[in-house]
Amino acid sequence: MKKELRLMKGNEAVAEAAIRAGADGYFGYPITPQSEVMEHLMSEKPHERTGMVVLQAESEIAAINMVYGAAGAGKMAMTSSSSPGISLKQEGLSYIAGAELPCLVLNVVRGGPGLGTIQPGQSDYFQAVKGGGHGDYKLITLAPSSVQEMYDFVELGFDLAFKYRNPAMILSDGAIGQMMEKVELTEEKSRRTMEELIKQCPWATYGKSPDRDHNVITSLELDAAKQEKVNHKIQAKYRELEEKEVRYEEIMCEDAEFLLVAYGTSSRIAQKAVRQARENGIKLGLLRPITLFPFPVKKLHEMAGQVKGILSVEMSAGQMIEDVRLAVNGKVPAEHFGRLGGIIPSANEIVEAVQKNFIGG
Amino acid sequence: MEDIKKPENLVYQKSKVMTDKVLHYCPGCGHGTAHRLVAEIIEELDIQHKTIGIAPVGCSVLAYDYFNVDFQEAAHGRAPALATAIARLYPDHAVFTYQGDGDLAAIGTAETIHACNRGENIVIVFVNNGIYGMTGGQMAPTTLEGMKSSTSPYGRDLKMMGNPLKMTELVAQLPGTYYVTRQAVHKPGKVRKAKKALKKAFQYQQEKKGTQFVEIVSNCNSGWKMTPTKANEWMENNMFPFYPLGDIKVPEEK
Ligand SMILES: Cc1ncc(C[n+]2csc(CCOP(=O)(O)OP(=O)(O)O)c2C)c(N)n1
Ligand code: SF4
Ligand SMILES: [Mg+2]
Repeated sequence: MKKELRLMKGNEAVAEAAIRAGADGYFGYPITPQSEVMEHLMSEKPHERTGMVVLQAESEIAAINMVYGAAGAGKMAMTSSSSPGISLKQEGLSYIAGAELPCLVLNVVRGGPGLGTIQPGQSDYFQAVKGGGHGDYKLITLAPSSVQEMYDFVELGFDLAFKYRNPAMILSDGAIGQMMEKVELTEEKSRRTMEELIKQCPWATYGKSPDRDHNVITSLELDAAKQEKVNHKIQAKYRELEEKEVRYEEIMCEDAEFLLVAYGTSSRIAQKAVRQARENGIKLGLLRPITLFPFPVKKLHEMAGQVKGILSVEMSAGQMIEDVRLAVNGKVPAEHFGRLGGIIPSANEIVEAVQKNFIGG
Repeated sequence: MEDIKKPENLVYQKSKVMTDKVLHYCPGCGHGTAHRLVAEIIEELDIQHKTIGIAPVGCSVLAYDYFNVDFQEAAHGRAPALATAIARLYPDHAVFTYQGDGDLAAIGTAETIHACNRGENIVIVFVNNGIYGMTGGQMAPTTLEGMKSSTSPYGRDLKMMGNPLKMTELVAQLPGTYYVTRQAVHKPGKVRKAKKALKKAFQYQQEKKGTQFVEIVSNCNSGWKMTPTKANEWMENNMFPFYPLGDIKVPEEK
């Protein structure tokens, strides 16, 4: 079959991917730099294309709770927002994780704190990978570095979310959301039938049939001993995710003497920095985590046995560096280099930071 | 005794839509009666297989244990948002929320108003006891002027604490609501009327008429620090004058 290629913005790619993946519902609230997601959805009339429900909610709080309702009813539901709006969704995400429901959330990160800037940022890393809301839970966190990955990670995110009954987040940034690249589209899937939904989600609230008990979706357990069991069960999923679902890309790591760790927009610049460093005789490599949770701990630990220094490059004051250091466990120096407030670092700056931190002179 | 337990002698029985779980509500509390009425209507309309309920955060947080239908437990105030998505994704189902006054008229005001204004095809059962029962009797948006609560120990001072909110009159103004009514469940006559109103609400929902809003003015003898009998008397003398019972918005006759 002929490939279907289209030039698209990252945000539009997510919207198109949701329709084609057979998503049942999208609930959102406008915020820059991700408003194109809902705009594209609305203009595509997914209600006619696949029967997908798209609704502009009164707030991010309402939107995530619509996702919660839909997910509890077994539906493939998603929302998208950018940093300030994602903060508002944290309560809902905690409930969704607590009730062990699948859903997909896109965060097109902008620089913060507060209203911050509408320029790209990576300063929501902690919020994404450490839970974000209250209680012991985590989000399956995917970090796209291209428009193609924005597209691909919608289906991947839904797959992982349903497999583990846990919310998944695509942690993107304003640059990848806004930039245009060529995307290879997949064929449009039809939404699951009720039979398929019930088979996949027998626990869902789709209406009690006489042959089963009523299904209940809740995150409440007043008996502490039982709540501890629930927590252990949730934690066991995270251990399984760490075991089975780690994804990363290695760029010129084989012979590397120094290593960059970067995701999203930073990883694109870091890749350029690797080339530039090698032109100057510095054997630099790049490890690009694709899953931020689960984090590529083993791979980094392994790389720490090979390289002389590791530089975490982030558009933040230093968040992922903490996970890098935990993985490296003091084996080699691990430092942070970052730009803040919506500034994207340059390849030059990164190479200089490698030299300054590990080579000297 | 055993020999008179025959089908032909049966005058009343617990609804099949209620589970066998023992209700945790305080003796005399209206929540239990309100639950029973909703369950009986679901049974009478034969919609158990397509009913999805949403429980609030409040004393009725465990409503999902008592109704033998599929149920979801929302975050505090967000039940109408959950119900919105479910009703849109399951357009033929009977979707209802069951919420207290703190849940619906304070923290969930935005979700309530917007669900009603969009005319989401759901039933909202709103149990207004003028207080935060679950958390130990704090002031609610519905607490009356001068009414004592643990956070208005000298009585609600309107200048300092603001005015009680008549949420039901407010949502009746919105184009999306179809049937809006205020009922009570503390006496047999009132129970019969409330049941009729709830039945209409579920019927209109099944006819896809939009948002059906049923307030039940109720008691909270624990929070009000009164005996159940005293609480009901106090409710009649103080709550009903401010929250008058009866239909507020009825569908226009064709
Ligand atoms: C976000 C959040 N804030 C506060 C609470 C604490 N809380 C639980 S129930 C409740 C009030 C419930 O009052 P109401 O809705 O009137 O229900 P009632 O118990 O009176 O039936 C509050 C404030 C909570 N659970 N979640
Ligand atoms: S605290 Fe009040 S509302 Fe709650 S169960 Fe007791 S009487 Fe009912
Ligand atoms: Mg109350």
